[in-house]
Amino acid sequence: MAVSAAEGIDIRPLNLAAMVREASITALVVFALAIGLVGFETLDVPGGVAIRTRFADVAVVMALAFVGRIALILLREHRPRPVLIVAPILTAIMLVLLLSETIFGSESGAALKRFMPFHDPVVLWGVVAVTVILAVRAAYAQTHVSSSLTLEERDARMDRIGAGVQRAARLLGPLLLGAAIVLPFMPFADRRVLDIGVLVLMYVMLGWGLNIVVGLAGLLDLGYVAFYAVGAYSFALLATQFDVSFWVALPFAGLMAGTAGVLLGFPVLRLRGDYLAIVTLGFGEMIRVILLNWYSFTGGPDGVSGIPRPSFFGLAEFSRSVPDGTAFHEMFGLEYASIHRIIFLFYLILAMALVVNVFTMRIRKLPIGRAWEALREDETACRSLGINPRNTKLTAFGIGAMFAGFAGSFFATRQGFISPESFTFIESAVILAIVVLGGFGSQIGVVIAAVVLIGLPEFFRDLQQYRMLAFGMAMVLIMLWRPAGLLAHREPTLRLFGRDKKPETNS
Amino acid sequence: MQNSFAYFLDQLINGLTLGSIYGLIAIGYTMVYGIIGMINFAHGEIFMIGAFVSIITFLLLGMAGVTWVPLALIIVLVVAMTLTAIYGWTLERVAYRPLRRSPRLAALITAIGMSIFLQNYVQLLQSARNKPMQPVVSGGVQVFEQQGYVVSLSFMQMIIIVLTVLLMIIFTTVIVRTTLGRAQRACEQDRDMAALIGVNVDRTISLTFVMGAALASVAGLMFLLYYGVIDFYIGFLAGIKAFTAAVLGGIGSLPGAMLGGILIGLIEAFWSGYFTVEYKDVAAFSILVLVLIFRPTGLLGKPDIEKV
Repeated sequence: MAVSAAEGIDIRPLNLAAMVREASITALVVFALAIGLVGFETLDVPGGVAIRTRFADVAVVMALAFVGRIALILLREHRPRPVLIVAPILTAIMLVLLLSETIFGSESGAALKRFMPFHDPVVLWGVVAVTVILAVRAAYAQTHVSSSLTLEERDARMDRIGAGVQRAARLLGPLLLGAAIVLPFMPFADRRVLDIGVLVLMYVMLGWGLNIVVGLAGLLDLGYVAFYAVGAYSFALLATQFDVSFWVALPFAGLMAGTAGVLLGFPVLRLRGDYLAIVTLGFGEMIRVILLNWYSFTGGPDGVSGIPRPSFFGLAEFSRSVPDGTAFHEMFGLEYASIHRIIFLFYLILAMALVVNVFTMRIRKLPIGRAWEALREDETACRSLGINPRNTKLTAFGIGAMFAGFAGSFFATRQGFISPESFTFIESAVILAIVVLGGFGSQIGVVIAAVVLIGLPEFFRDLQQYRMLAFGMAMVLIMLWRPAGLLAHREPTLRLFGRDKKPETNS
Repeated sequence: MQNSFAYFLDQLINGLTLGSIYGLIAIGYTMVYGIIGMINFAHGEIFMIGAFVSIITFLLLGMAGVTWVPLALIIVLVVAMTLTAIYGWTLERVAYRPLRRSPRLAALITAIGMSIFLQNYVQLLQSARNKPMQPVVSGGVQVFEQQGYVVSLSFMQMIIIVLTVLLMIIFTTVIVRTTLGRAQRACEQDRDMAALIGVNVDRTISLTFVMGAALASVAGLMFLLYYGVIDFYIGFLAGIKAFTAAVLGGIGSLPGAMLGGILIGLIEAFWSGYFTVEYKDVAAFSILVLVLIFRPTGLLGKPDIEKV
């Protein structure tokens, strides 16, 4: 307290009644929110739906809201000490309850567990996380002048972090690349790890592709998965109907997706931001509905199965014995192992993702890339400078779609089976979240976001049902906390005086 | 059969019913867009929550022994509107208010995040299974007959259409005649100026969300009554279609939203009736694209002048 008082922050006398009233209102609102959906659970019983009550959970949620609100008020009024005492105690109690079985043995632990609010430990871990954050904030407020930063301060600080990451990217990028290259030869790299690696790289590639559209050109595309689907189906149908190999079909699938992008983009790209978002979303759904219902062409809900696996550049197959041709392990004189194919897929998607990355890095320096970024910043100014907004946007849209098509054909050949199920709106939202989380336009940000959003949940499979919930919440919190995207930092692509020199200021 | 007038009439009635539901949701989109210029993507989820609160209230009333249908309907209506309105209020307060001065994309992405969150929130709490409900209102009147093809107007459809008209009248009165409505129109024109002349802008925006959510919950109740089955995913498609309706009618215009809703409902009903039922969603989206290309301001919208 002494610290902040000395700095001259005005500490109002605490109005206890007002504080309790504010917290009560919060608890009341939470009650109204919770009573319907938390308080009653609809159960499926033969012949209809029955109801079970969960009033205890409602009460706990209300109590938490009340206490939490009081803690926030205390922090706001520069009185962090009670929070600093209570929050760790609460955390400790929760942790004891959560870990009761390991601490006290199964019998008394189970007895203790009955006192646990919510029967799902995941929710409780969430509560623990909140109390820990409150404790940390209180500790911060105790030692610093102001516990909460203003939006500008926070922005400036995150901007420095973003810039730091971007500078580190020079180092981090090659480092990550090196790690990815040696990953398959690490001792811990079993099938599961590699599968997750392939999945993460797929989303990195999709994220980089969408980054061209959203990050560079500033066009919010909510139907990106449509082009992914076009690529996947183009490849799958070519491969199964006409027996075309992966390497021949790949450019064609990209071309088809790119064409789809240009065709769909042409009529709608003059729309403003949020209209464009909704229309692209509509297109995404339309393509899914068509895939679902055009039975004779796409197989409808049954999808396309028996999609051939990629061969080793057409030279060898990844199977134990190949009737007419060479097997990969024979070609290199290795023992047969099924993991060879996965390693090959891993390197394949790594190479494809890198192509997208290099392409993006280079095209940003070309006039067209500069035009994209200029268009994102100010369309009217661009128009008056003689940039054709529609064609410029169309190239971004088409190129982004093409990369989605490449990723789609990789997806098809990896799965061996595709159906419209894989191309729902959620998929678009996930890719968008990766771009947003990474900070629009940041290449390294996409990688970090993909690892966090795709990789981590794969390792915690039992949290699967909470994944999308956390996902939506993360999107909201990140936007509230930093509307420009987490690692957003816009390095000027062109400087008047070179990188390190500063222009002299004439006063 | 498809050429008869009776068949046409049947589709017309279906379309009007469906359109009423879309229209009620569309009003929420259009009001929010009018006042803060953002697409409240989570509005479809509010509609879905309204439907869930309704089914829970119905089940509770059934357990409590309330069997007189009109009373049950009124209780469910009041409960659903109240609880869902609080969801609308919280949504604005927690997720949108801090972003009011941020770039539009940030608000839109927050709304998408909120939509994903609410969907999974309901899925976790109420399971992903379909929730069927016994029909509450049954029976109807025969309105037309042609060569043995009977066209009937069920009491359910009557309730839906009458309730929609009633709500529209109440709603229009609120907007045109009350202080709140005047404040809303003032905020729509110029928020800063409205604040200068003493309009409580925060409160007005909050109330806009409350009203939109209440209407969406009525739509949710109607959806539940009409189809008899709901799940946590209904908000997505209904939300997009209602947004299409709002754009079709001219976003920002209240009569436009209702008109757009009715048109989308009719298009969907006639498309299903005369072409294929599978592509009815494609039809709705195509309309959205066509409207945006040829008449971006919608049917009843005012032209939007871009200032530099």
